[in-house]
Amino acid sequence: MLSALSDRTWLWAAAGCYFAGLAFGTIALLRRGRPAGAATYALIAIGYVLQLAGLTVRGRAVGGCPLGNPFELLQFTAWSATTLYLIVGVAFRHSLLGYLTAALAAGLTLSSLAVPAWDASQRTQLFGSNPWIELHAALAVFSYGVFGLLALTSVMFLLRHRTLKAKDLGWWAALLPPIRDLDLIGVRLLGTGAVILTAALAVIVLFFAREPAAVSVAKFAATSLVWLACVTTLALRLRGRLIAQRFALLGIALFVAALLSLVPVDGSRQGTPARVEGRTP
Amino acid sequence: MSTPGLFVLGATHHRAALAVREKLALDATAAALLHAELAALPGLREFTVLSTCNRIEFYGVAENGDVAARVAAAFCARQRFNREEFDKICLGLGDEAAVRHLLEVAAGLDSQMLGETEIFGQVKAAYAAAQTAGNTGPVLNRVFQKCFQAAKHVRTHTAITEGHVSVANVAVDLAISIFGGLADARILLLGAGEIGEKTARAFQSRGAASVTVASRRLERAMELARALGASALPFEQREARLAEFDIVVCATAAPGMVLGLDAIATAMARRPAQPLFLIDQALPRDVDPAAAELENVFLYNLDDLAQITERNRLAREAEVGKGRAILADRAAALWRAVAPQLAASVPTQTRGEAAPQKPASA
Repeated sequence: MLSALSDRTWLWAAAGCYFAGLAFGTIALLRRGRPAGAATYALIAIGYVLQLAGLTVRGRAVGGCPLGNPFELLQFTAWSATTLYLIVGVAFRHSLLGYLTAALAAGLTLSSLAVPAWDASQRTQLFGSNPWIELHAALAVFSYGVFGLLALTSVMFLLRHRTLKAKDLGWWAALLPPIRDLDLIGVRLLGTGAVILTAALAVIVLFFAREPAAVSVAKFAATSLVWLACVTTLALRLRGRLIAQRFALLGIALFVAALLSLVPVDGSRQGTPARVEGRTP
Repeated sequence: MSTPGLFVLGATHHRAALAVREKLALDATAAALLHAELAALPGLREFTVLSTCNRIEFYGVAENGDVAARVAAAFCARQRFNREEFDKICLGLGDEAAVRHLLEVAAGLDSQMLGETEIFGQVKAAYAAAQTAGNTGPVLNRVFQKCFQAAKHVRTHTAITEGHVSVANVAVDLAISIFGGLADARILLLGAGEIGEKTARAFQSRGAASVTVASRRLERAMELARALGASALPFEQREARLAEFDIVVCATAAPGMVLGLDAIATAMARRPAQPLFLIDQALPRDVDPAAAELENVFLYNLDDLAQITERNRLAREAEVGKGRAILADRAAALWRAVAPQLAASVPTQTRGEAAPQKPASA
C-alpha cells in the first residue's frame, strides 16, 4: 500500500504539511498574536506520519536506513526533530516551539526536495550486511535531530533573554516560555543528544576495533568532532562555566556543526553502490 | 425627571473624587438597613446594589417614573449626603443604556484600572446577594446572567485584561517570565514599608511560598514577616546570604545603595546558572545599576516597571473600542429580549418616556 505512491510523493506531502503548519502558525500569529498551537501540532503529526511513510518506502528501496545522500540525511534529521517534538512538545505546552519546529522541518524537507542534485544517486546496501553500522548512522543522525530541537529552544532562549535584558516586553514576549524553563529544556536536550551520539560512537568504535578498514576515517572524525563539542558544551554547562546566552549560542552552533558534518559523512560514501534509476514509482 | 423601567443610578470614580466616594461608601450596617428600606420601597420591583471602592450603583426595575429618584433620596438620607451634591455627580441611565453600562462595568471597561478583573467578581457577589435576599426578579436575573457571559466574551476576545497595570503585579509577571512558577522561588524583601509589603503580597497571591524580610529595623522586619507568614533576616546579612535567593525586592528608604555590584557578583559566582531577579522599587535606588550587566541578573528599577505599566495601560486602552463595540451589540440584543419582559411587568404608563441622564432631585 505504501508503495502505491513514490517515496518523494510521500515526502512532498509531508513537507507540505510542515509548511502548512508554518503558514497556519504565521497567519494565527499575525491575526491573534500567537501561533495556533493545536493546529500546528496536528499538521506536524500528519506530516510526521507521511514522512515516515516516505522514508519507509525509500528504506525498502535502498535496503536499509535511508541515509545515503544529502536529501536522505536532511529528511532523516527533520524526521528526528519532529519525532522528539511530538514527544516533548505536549509536555512543553508551548505553541511557539511547535511553530519553530514546523519552520525547521519545512525548511529542511523543502530544501532537500528542491535540490534534485542532492538526491541524484541513491546508494543501496549502504551499510553492507552489517546492522551495527546502520544502527550507528541512524543514532547519529537522530541525535542531530535532537540538536535541531536544541537550536530552536536556544533561539527562544535568546529572544526571551533579549526581551528581559532590554526591557522590551512587546506582545511577542508573551509567546515565549520562562527563561529558566528554556534553559532547563536546553540542558536536557543537550544531555539527550549527548547520550544518543555517545551510543552511536560506541557502536562504531566497537566495530572499528574488529574491522578498521570498514570504517571511514572522515566519517568517524566528523562524528567524533560533533560528539566532542557536544560533551564539552554539556560539561561546561553543568559546571556553570557556560551559561545563559553563551550556552544558547553554542546550542545553535552545535546544530550547524552537526549539519556541516554530514558533508564529509556523505562524501565518504562515494564508493557504495548507486541506484540512480531505481527510484520507486 | 424620572426613570421608568430599568434604571441604574449611582456615583463612580469618573465624577466622584475619593473624598466623596468615602462619604458614599456603605458599611455593612448601613448596607443592611438600606437594603431593607429599598425592599420596602413602593414601585421598586427588583434591585441590586453594587458597592465597591470606586462605585456605588443601584440597578433597579421601577414601576413608575419616581422610583429612581426615591432610591437616590433614600441612599442620600442614609449616608447623610447632600442630595443636590449627589445629583451633580450622579450617574443616571435607563433601559438599553443601563444594560450597556452594566455590561461595561462587569467587563472592566468602566474601571479606574482599565480591564481589571476584580470587578467581575464584585458584580457577581452583588447579584448573588440580591438574589439570595429575593430582591431580583425575571428582568434583573436575565440581565445579570447575560452580562456575565458578555463580560467573559470580551475578556476572551480582546486584549483588555492582558498585561498588568499595577507596579507590583508587573513585577510578579516579570518574575514568572523568568522562573515560570513561583512556588519554588525564594524571595527576599529588603525594606518593611508599604511598597515592599504590597509587592510581597502580590507575589504571595500568585503562589510564592518562601518570603524572607530584612529591614534596617529588625523588629519591623519581624513584625512584617509575621503578618506575611514569612521569615525575617538581619539586614546586615543581606549580602552574605544573597545567593540563597532568586528574587530580591528592594524597597528601603536607605539614602545609599544596599546591594553593591561586588556583593551581587559574588552571589552569582555561587549560583551562576540560576537567574537572579532584582526589583528595585526604592528612590534613591537600592541596587547598583551596573549589576544589570551581569550574566543571569535581571534588574528592573522603578522607571522600568512604570514604563511597562504605562505600556500595558495604553495597550488596554487601545482595546476599549473593540470591547465597547462588542458590548453595545450584546446590550442591544439583550435589551430587545428584556423589553417585552418589562412591558409585561411594568405598567404601560411608566414606559415609553425618554431615559433621563440623572434621577430627579428629591
